[in-house]
Amino acid sequence: MLKGRLSGFVFQLLAFVLALVFVSLILIAAKASPMEAYKNMITGSVGSMRKFAEVLVTFVPLLLVTAGLLITFSAGLWNIGVEGQIVLGAIGTAWVFRQFVDSTLPAGLIITLAIFGGMAFGALWASFAGALKTFGGVNEIFGGLGLNFVSTALTLYLIFGPWKREGVASMSGTEPFPDHFSLPQLPDLRISLWALGIALVGVVIVYFILQGTYFGLKLKAVGKNFRAAYLLGIPTWQYSMYSFLICGALAGAAGAIQVAAVYHRLIPSISSGYGYLGLMVAMLINYQAVWAIPVALFFAALNIGSIQLPIVMKLDSSLAGVLQGVLVLFVLLMEGVRQKFVKKA
Amino acid sequence: MRKNFTRLAYLALAFTFVLAACGTPAPAATEAPMAVTEAPMAATEAPMAATEAPAEQFVFGLLMVGPYNDNGWSQAHYEAGLYLEEKLGAKMVYLDKVNPADRPGTTPDQLAEELVAQGAKLVIFNSDDMKDASTTFAKANPDVFVIMASGDQVWPDGKAYEEIPNLMNIMGRMEYGKMMAGCAAALTSETGKIGYLGPLINDETRRLAASAFLGAKHCWETAGNDPAALEFKVTWIGFWFNIPGVTLDPVQVSNDFYTTGYDVVISGIDNPVNLGEAQKLSAEGKKAFGVAYDYVAACDAAPDVCIGVPYFNWGPEYLKAISSAQDGSWASQFIWAGPDWADLNNPDTSTVGFVNGPALSAEDAAAVDAFVAELAGGLNLWTGPINLQDGSVYLADGEVGTDQQVWYLPQLLEGMDGLSAAE
Repeated sequence: MLKGRLSGFVFQLLAFVLALVFVSLILIAAKASPMEAYKNMITGSVGSMRKFAEVLVTFVPLLLVTAGLLITFSAGLWNIGVEGQIVLGAIGTAWVFRQFVDSTLPAGLIITLAIFGGMAFGALWASFAGALKTFGGVNEIFGGLGLNFVSTALTLYLIFGPWKREGVASMSGTEPFPDHFSLPQLPDLRISLWALGIALVGVVIVYFILQGTYFGLKLKAVGKNFRAAYLLGIPTWQYSMYSFLICGALAGAAGAIQVAAVYHRLIPSISSGYGYLGLMVAMLINYQAVWAIPVALFFAALNIGSIQLPIVMKLDSSLAGVLQGVLVLFVLLMEGVRQKFVKKA
Repeated sequence: MRKNFTRLAYLALAFTFVLAACGTPAPAATEAPMAVTEAPMAATEAPMAATEAPAEQFVFGLLMVGPYNDNGWSQAHYEAGLYLEEKLGAKMVYLDKVNPADRPGTTPDQLAEELVAQGAKLVIFNSDDMKDASTTFAKANPDVFVIMASGDQVWPDGKAYEEIPNLMNIMGRMEYGKMMAGCAAALTSETGKIGYLGPLINDETRRLAASAFLGAKHCWETAGNDPAALEFKVTWIGFWFNIPGVTLDPVQVSNDFYTTGYDVVISGIDNPVNLGEAQKLSAEGKKAFGVAYDYVAACDAAPDVCIGVPYFNWGPEYLKAISSAQDGSWASQFIWAGPDWADLNNPDTSTVGFVNGPALSAEDAAAVDAFVAELAGGLNLWTGPINLQDGSVYLADGEVGTDQQVWYLPQLLEGMDGLSAAE
């Protein structure tokens, strides 16, 4: 067992190194110094407290989404629709805020309601994908993808239609909400400790569900072998549905935080692609919750650090995305190689 | 044991690769950024180094909504930045593609801080979509000068006036450029049907589309055509440029125009994609022409079909603003700068210009030039009677539109097809 774990670690390290080598080759082909690029990405992400705070701003929703996906992956489901669930979370939160714009209720209560509203909307949207799968026989990948497109259309409709700003409909989104609707931030930094707390609580809950509860065990049983789980008396489709609801609620929380702590309004790309990025993180950590925090943090750092590339080196910042994608590919590849190795041994 | 050794060997090999990759400082490789920024050392060192550059070189930042080489709005800003570098010996740090689709998870004010970290003492926000962010940034960084292009926050007579001492609004009176564009389009069109490729609907885009219409109407009627035979249709794509899955595809919209009898399409978006479509269709033997927008050399993309380009020349006003920041005479103000009527295309004096395109016939070019001369002589097309699209009177007979009436045009005008407001 130990040996298996060790070899797993060695192969993941190898995958990481290979990914770096691969990206370095791309950089060299683009006539740029890989060393300088990596240096800029590192200083651009952890070079100052302010930059690290920006990394955390990205980390929070990414971690929530990853945590949610661990649940659906455990149940054997590919919840591609997570992107739309973030969007609906944001819409839900914005909707609640709009109801209370002139309210005299304490801001804390309104924000709490708004975040729960976002979670409810996210869960509801996820339940659509679940229902399509359970009752309509639509694979959750296709259902989810379709719902993602619908969620984008819905956002644009709201921004350019019923929720448009006075006189000017704009891609910059709806009218910003009043300042007191923002989750409190640290002085001079954009990060909110409340948001960070919510994300950490989210991932801890998921960890305990998966590691320490019967519910988690049954969920995994459903994921490992749907039919066997059914024969053993686990209400399988219900468990699939539960996993969608939990994931949707966590993704909804991510969307809620995008509205309440980052953008303070609804904007067209409110999900920031964290759903797809979360899928990559979940695959990369091989669905183990313990690794969610460091890897999500690493991906967030890549996203923020890469902003330096166009500013300082005139390189395209999509390099971060290339590195992330290549990393996942190599890890999957190395996992295959390792299994071959282990079998032979 | 043997297996472990093999693994170790692989690992060592891999590390060697990395070291080899990273270890090549490749002098040639660093030349690419050098050519553009001129001072790579300052750029790569910590922010302090940039600010403490020996000759106190002034560093300014530029945030562009689209790609710096978009052949349109953002490129015009980028070129202005190069102009400033040349005129002032200043150094530009910039970031392009600053929009929610290209840089997810970031906000323009956050990105502006990245430019400040590179030493920028002044930051230019180049899109109306960055208006809120520029306000946020200016208030949070009172020591940094901010120019918000195309906005109206610090216009005392404007609708959204705020006192922000370190912020200046700069915009060109593109209404004139658009009138010339409309004129060239009306003179070129054989069908009398002119298409206008609109971005999103707001005050700015409404007044510019309307100005193009006024110019078209004027020249159409001056040339002796039947006023009722002119059709002018605006189709809004939803943003300043194509975002797949979010906006309408401007190429498709252009194609729809050209294939339904609109033989001239005026671009109102940040790049002249209509020209590409016109070129394709004219290669197939169709009559199709286009007017570009924003950038002085935009016609170069498709000279055979380009009949002209109204463009912004941001350099002169930015130069004044930055100079005032340097010598301490900075004043927060709203600048709406017009063309230099004595020399329309003077790069040092004229904020708005118009270049006749290669595809404009000599006869029509002469007519456009005559129209420009009329404008220079005081012709104001924003003079009543002008009715809004819903038929209500906007400017009574003989009434001249004020700056506010033009800037905040509430609808398209009577005679124009297309939406006046987002539904």
